[in-house]
Amino acid sequence: MIIVKNLSKSFGSLQVLKNITNHIKEQEVVVVIGPSGSGKSTFLRCLNFLESPTAGEIIIDGVSLTDKKTNINRVREEVGMVFQRFNLFPHMTALENVSLAPIKVRKMPKEEAMEVSRQLLKKVGLSDKADVFPAQLSGGQMQRVAIARALAMKPKVMLFDEPTSALDPEMVGEVLTVMKDLAKEGMTMVVVTHEMGFAREVGDRVLFMDEGSIVEEGAPDQIFSRPQNERTKAFLSKVL
Amino acid sequence: MNYVWQWDFVWEILPRLIKHGVVITVELTTISVCIGTVIGLVVALLRISKYKPLQWLGAAYTDFFRGTPLLVQIMIIHYALPVVFNYTPVVWVSAIGALSINSGAYVAEIFRAGIQSIDKGQMEAGRSLGMTYGQAMRYIVLPQAFKISIPPLGNEFIALLKDSSLVMIIGLQELMGTSKLIVGRQPRVLETYLTAAVLYLIMTMSISRLVRYAERRLKAGDHS
Ligand SMILES: Nc1ncnc2c1ncn2[C@@H]1O[C@H](COP(=O)(O)OP(=O)(O)O)[C@@H](O)[C@H]1O
Ligand SMILES: [Mg+2]
Repeated sequence: MIIVKNLSKSFGSLQVLKNITNHIKEQEVVVVIGPSGSGKSTFLRCLNFLESPTAGEIIIDGVSLTDKKTNINRVREEVGMVFQRFNLFPHMTALENVSLAPIKVRKMPKEEAMEVSRQLLKKVGLSDKADVFPAQLSGGQMQRVAIARALAMKPKVMLFDEPTSALDPEMVGEVLTVMKDLAKEGMTMVVVTHEMGFAREVGDRVLFMDEGSIVEEGAPDQIFSRPQNERTKAFLSKVL
Repeated sequence: MNYVWQWDFVWEILPRLIKHGVVITVELTTISVCIGTVIGLVVALLRISKYKPLQWLGAAYTDFFRGTPLLVQIMIIHYALPVVFNYTPVVWVSAIGALSINSGAYVAEIFRAGIQSIDKGQMEAGRSLGMTYGQAMRYIVLPQAFKISIPPLGNEFIALLKDSSLVMIIGLQELMGTSKLIVGRQPRVLETYLTAAVLYLIMTMSISRLVRYAERRLKAGDHS
């Protein structure tokens, strides 16, 4: 589904990603963990080209993002992204947030887009908030709207960048529940998170990143119970 | 002090000052602000473009028209350009042209500040949904930037209304020009110019009322 080959990314003289190679399969849930500043967000943002790689290749569903001829907007339609800080559109209701892209990008008739969006809000448990503006929602509700908004494009892959890090603890569960449901439905997901419980329960594979490289990867059980690399061990001893 | 204030004179010239002066000034300013807003939007988008030459073009525009006196710009448009390009200038066109082009430079800076104050996560969220830069700008960033820009736009409207008095230099009979004409015939200087000043004040205060009202209306429906 996603093939990453020798991906490198530098900001000026700072090399943030160093020669990352990985293959994410269809329906796989990959959890990315690692210390702050290790390049997790940058890695994720390269996968939908919010950052353009300095070197290497990314192929999603057979389409090379790094190919100059590729229309990146078409690729992004298939790759949903959920941000740490939600990034909902404050001047639009929850329903408008969700239906905007299907209407403007997919050119879906307005009625149909509204119907699809209502269904999605229902799916994330927010039927009653359709006509409410983001400012009137709690953090957990905002993030669920943001997930619905990404799903409205019917993406083949969903990227999550620390989706629960900006939430009060009591709201983390409601967002993780939505994500677990998505995983059960077979969505291909790449999730950067510090929620190790989620990683264990839902993750098919865990990538441990440090200083711009994938230092260790494996099944959650293997990474959490029998980490091989010293840096992985050091990191886990701090967060577990 | 042997000048005797004559109320009669004020009442006599008031209808003329309103009919010929205020009306023309309001028309002139309103049309120029509208055109200036369009120019301002385009120039602001140039300035935030990622293409250097476009940025330079936008910067050159704002620098030139904010860095030179409006009076000089009016003279150039009405007297200098016609010489170069060999056409007969029309007072109205020169006046609206100069005011719009000048106000466009100020509006551009207002919009640029507005756009740059919007969290860049907004653009990213739009792009991540497959929108083009233009779509994300139009549906997500600009509506929010515009709302923020309303108070400074109101100030720009007021500034332009006052500056519009400068076009009398090319012979346009707006409020200031009409006053000058009256004084030329009957030298009741104090009555004429004070009445004009009060009329300007009423106009500028009305605009700031209007802007505050618009702001409140938007606040009432404020969602951010
Ligand atoms: N746009 C940018 N410009 C310059 N440096 C950046 C930029 N984005 C991230 N970085 C740097 O790249 C490194 C990795 O950042 P990031 O990918 O956000 O790490 P993580 O998400 O793992 O905390 C950090 O040192 C950060 O300061
Ligand atoms: Mg991060």
